Amino acid sequence: MTGTLIKIDGLTKAYPGVIANDNVSFQIDAGEVHALLGENGAGKSTLVKMIYGLVKPDAGQMQLRGKPYAPAEPRAARAAGVAMVFQHFSLFEALTVAENIALGMENPPPMRQLSDRITTVSQDYGLPLDPHRTVGDLSAGERQRVEIIRCLLQDPKLLIMDEPTSVLTPQEVDILFATLRLLRDQGTSILYISHKLEEIRALCDTATILRGGQNVGTCDPRQTAARDMAEMMVGSRLHVPEKVSHATDQVALTVNRLTSRAVSPFGTRLRDVSFQLWQGEILGIGGVAGNGQDELLAAMSGEMQVNPDAIRLGNRPIGHLGPNKRRRLGLLAAPEERLGHAAAPDMTLTENALLSGKVRKALEENGFLNWNKARRFADQIIDRFDVRTPNAANAARSLSGGNLQKFVIGREILQNPLVLVVNQPTWGVDAQAAAAIRQALLDLAAEGAAVIVISQDLDELMEITDRFAALNEGRLSAPRPTADLDVEQIGLMLGGAHGMEVAHAPEESTAAQ
Amino acid sequence: MIRLEKRRQPSKRWTYLTPPLAVVAIMIAGGFMFWLLGKDPVEAIRIIFWDPLFNEQFASYSRPQILVKAAPLILIAIGLSFGFRAGVWNIGAEGQYIMGAIAGAAVGLAFFPTESALIFPLMVIAGALGGFLWAMIPALLKIAFRTNEILVSLLLVYVADLYLASVSFGALRNPDGGGFPGSRNLQQYPSAANPELIAGTGAHWGVVTAIFAVAVAYVLLNHHRIGFEIKLTGQSPRAARFAGVNPNLIIAVCLGFSGILAGLAGLFEVSGPSGQINIDFASGYGFTAIIVAFLGRLHPVGILLAGLLMALTYIGGELAQLMLGIPAAAILAFQGMLLFFLLAMDVLTDYRILVGKKGLN
Amino acid sequence: MDLSAINPIVLFASLMVASTPILLAALGELVVEKTGVLNLGVEGMMITGAICGFAVAIETGSPALGFLGGALGGAVLSLIFAFLTQVLLSNQVATGLALTLFGLGLSALIGQGYIGQRPPSSGDLVLGLDLMVFLGIGLVALIWWALRATRLGLILRAVGENHDAAHALGYKVVRIRIAAIAFGGACAGLGGAYLSLIRVPQWTEGMTAGAGWIALALVVFASWKPWRVLLGAYLFGGITVLQLNLQAAGVKIPVEYLSMSRYLITILVLVLISVDRTRATLNAPAMLGRKFHASS
Repeated sequence: MTGTLIKIDGLTKAYPGVIANDNVSFQIDAGEVHALLGENGAGKSTLVKMIYGLVKPDAGQMQLRGKPYAPAEPRAARAAGVAMVFQHFSLFEALTVAENIALGMENPPPMRQLSDRITTVSQDYGLPLDPHRTVGDLSAGERQRVEIIRCLLQDPKLLIMDEPTSVLTPQEVDILFATLRLLRDQGTSILYISHKLEEIRALCDTATILRGGQNVGTCDPRQTAARDMAEMMVGSRLHVPEKVSHATDQVALTVNRLTSRAVSPFGTRLRDVSFQLWQGEILGIGGVAGNGQDELLAAMSGEMQVNPDAIRLGNRPIGHLGPNKRRRLGLLAAPEERLGHAAAPDMTLTENALLSGKVRKALEENGFLNWNKARRFADQIIDRFDVRTPNAANAARSLSGGNLQKFVIGREILQNPLVLVVNQPTWGVDAQAAAAIRQALLDLAAEGAAVIVISQDLDELMEITDRFAALNEGRLSAPRPTADLDVEQIGLMLGGAHGMEVAHAPEESTAAQ
Repeated sequence: MIRLEKRRQPSKRWTYLTPPLAVVAIMIAGGFMFWLLGKDPVEAIRIIFWDPLFNEQFASYSRPQILVKAAPLILIAIGLSFGFRAGVWNIGAEGQYIMGAIAGAAVGLAFFPTESALIFPLMVIAGALGGFLWAMIPALLKIAFRTNEILVSLLLVYVADLYLASVSFGALRNPDGGGFPGSRNLQQYPSAANPELIAGTGAHWGVVTAIFAVAVAYVLLNHHRIGFEIKLTGQSPRAARFAGVNPNLIIAVCLGFSGILAGLAGLFEVSGPSGQINIDFASGYGFTAIIVAFLGRLHPVGILLAGLLMALTYIGGELAQLMLGIPAAAILAFQGMLLFFLLAMDVLTDYRILVGKKGLN
Repeated sequence: MDLSAINPIVLFASLMVASTPILLAALGELVVEKTGVLNLGVEGMMITGAICGFAVAIETGSPALGFLGGALGGAVLSLIFAFLTQVLLSNQVATGLALTLFGLGLSALIGQGYIGQRPPSSGDLVLGLDLMVFLGIGLVALIWWALRATRLGLILRAVGENHDAAHALGYKVVRIRIAAIAFGGACAGLGGAYLSLIRVPQWTEGMTAGAGWIALALVVFASWKPWRVLLGAYLFGGITVLQLNLQAAGVKIPVEYLSMSRYLITILVLVLISVDRTRATLNAPAMLGRKFHASS
């Protein structure tokens, strides 16, 4: 360690109605892996955007190696040696790996030379990558490698990583950590953003914890109990849902050799998916993003129709039915994307209640809509699921992620489904709302409904599901009782490291556990 | 420095305020344009917006003319508003208007000189059908092959225009017309004529139909499933599929409905104010109706008001041509500018404008 | 009927002349769409370019200045579109239509004094072909090379593919798009000026007669590839020339039906290209027609 690399002093940034960062100060030493820990909405993203020059602070200063540092744009940040691996939105699917990397560089060498360097660097750091492949065809883990290599080619002094493990299998996480340790040993500082305590304890030297936009403490994660950090992060003790299995031996739903097309040009089609779902159980379907989750949800909700016998509700073939016919029979769904799929952003909550509740709540007679009844249904959802909004006449997009997600899940649960399929029910949702949603799903199963939870959050699946199955390249593994599984086994079910080779010494990756 | 910040929800207040503001802005900008043309801007604006309604000399002629011009604009715009809400862009209403007129007139002329009360209703059906079928070409191509409806419907306007020329010289030419192009005058054929219903008002069957269309559209859009599904499809196509909306049905309904209304507008025009099928029958109503639809905020009552206003600029424009020698083309540019102002001001509905420097450094 | 009057070499030369206006306009629109912007105002920019070019050529007596004026007229008009859609975030479809409606009115207004006049002659190079024909072909090669092999081209494609990612990497999405729109406007204006100065050559109201819309269709037909734009433009030029030759040769088909052919064939081609759905969706810039507003 050779002194302070970057010093952050009193950074403040306000958006209308919310102070994203309130007088945040901390510093990162050279050659240190520094964790930035916090719940969704704690202000982590805004903070790193300021460091990376994407957002200008309202107040406060930064110093890089003792000199004032105020990047006007990402280009300036990169020139100063700050690089960032984003969680989303920073790759171009239709372009090749080399083109994507060239776009992230100030003065890229000619393409042929660049391709050679990509191959070399990717092998040096144990992240093999073919520069000529189209990014849209890569797996989530491989896409992340594109981002990392793009950063490494700039020879950064500070590497910012925003929730990097959310798209990886446990085995892929080990490989990533090995790479990050290698970088640290070469003197690169890493700012590692996460809300996963175990990861931070395994990897980081120091942790700064944000809550409600404020720095609530810095600690050494290896010396601090996970429980204490969790409390600093959340602020109050969380209610952890109580899991009691209510699974019966009555079949609620049978999926038999379900094969589908892909829903988007770079999507993954389902291949030969089969499982049975029991009344009263929660079946968890895990998998890394882009392995057929969207397709499975669409095939279950009826947005994508398949062969009639591929899906049976009770004994009735329903694969060929559209969404409203399935709703009438009791099969409901809540897609992952809240804004634009599960709900229409610019429409009011009343209109959004009608969107999926029309059939089972009888909000329509002879084609004419009963707006009074729809409003009462929306009010009921708001009331029962503690949705924070002035009233049902507000637009869906005016709600926070957690509140809208409670509305969306509540809308389906209040329709008394026989089977409910949810995709990523707590993605990007604050801890309180996430706990409430998980409890609601448990309650629904306790009342005898069957629930399928598609999620990339393994902790969530471990917490609430009775059985677990993994979706990998459109194929579903045989479901196994969740209680019998550990992280390592789940990782292997998810496809292990997706055929990655590990170029490092093996003891480095085992040290991660 | 000026920045935009997205509102948490669209502003209701600005939704209603922007159309009148756009009209005020166009008066100022239009006045400037007329000044550049060497005319007195205040007088020009007065002639366009005031004289057709209140000038003693012109009002008795102009007022009924406003209804005559507004009826086709409103009819077509109501139809277009369905599609524009759903993201189905029928910009070929002009073609559907022409084909409706040709189909309706052809039926009427086929019966000439028989007199019967059934002829006009048959013409109305034929007019609606003509517009409908012409609009179903882009609809079916979009449903079957995802072909872009904007380009297809627009290209079909040129085809319809050429077909109009062809029948004016050929199939529908008046055999007693001494070789001049153009059909018989339907106004002089009582069973096929669409006369002024109440003398001095300009109100013909097209005006009645337009008012009826406004009422029906209002009910459908606000209280019927189809209106909700159209809005949902336009705002969020994925959410619409999740809600069980059949996107192909929406395409067919929107294009079909606007085709029918445009066809009817054409039929009422050819059997009424225009009187005959001729090479110069196409008058650009199908395009101006696009402006009317947006100016009316795609809302039926708004379209009613916007149609009347736009008709006023037509009549006022003719008056300005007569009185000040302002060229007809200036009025066209004037109408196009109105749409610019409206679209520009839309930003106020969805975004807050922040002026001034942000941040301390 | 006398088909022997149709000479293949002259036919091909006149085909090149006939295709140049839509070629220029379509190339400009291709660049605009590559950055993720859909400008439906090509017809309006073309006709504005036609009258601006015509007026400048008449006033200065120089066809070269006329072309410059046409390009400038189209570019200035396109900046209205750029301001509305990129700064004020208006709907691109509606704004493009407004641009066409306004352009038609504006051009008629400017053109009042120029009806019936003859523009100065531009002079031929070979076989009745002028410099602009070759400039058009050169532009195809230039745009092809720039999009494929240069950093500028890579950035343009990136902005059209994912504007949020491009923004996150620090590229000025709005500025890049405004520049592309202005380039598209200049190309459309140049195409319009070619119509009024060489192809026709005189000024009449509404003289573009849908050429702008055909250019838009051509971009889709070409799957956003420059050389295929050239191919498509020649195809349409060929149809136009053939139809004119058939008319001249006195074929017994009414003139109106012959004139319809170019529109009907455009529709047919659009249908044929959209039948192959996967290719159409894979080649289209992913952000085409979408609004970009940096949330931060």
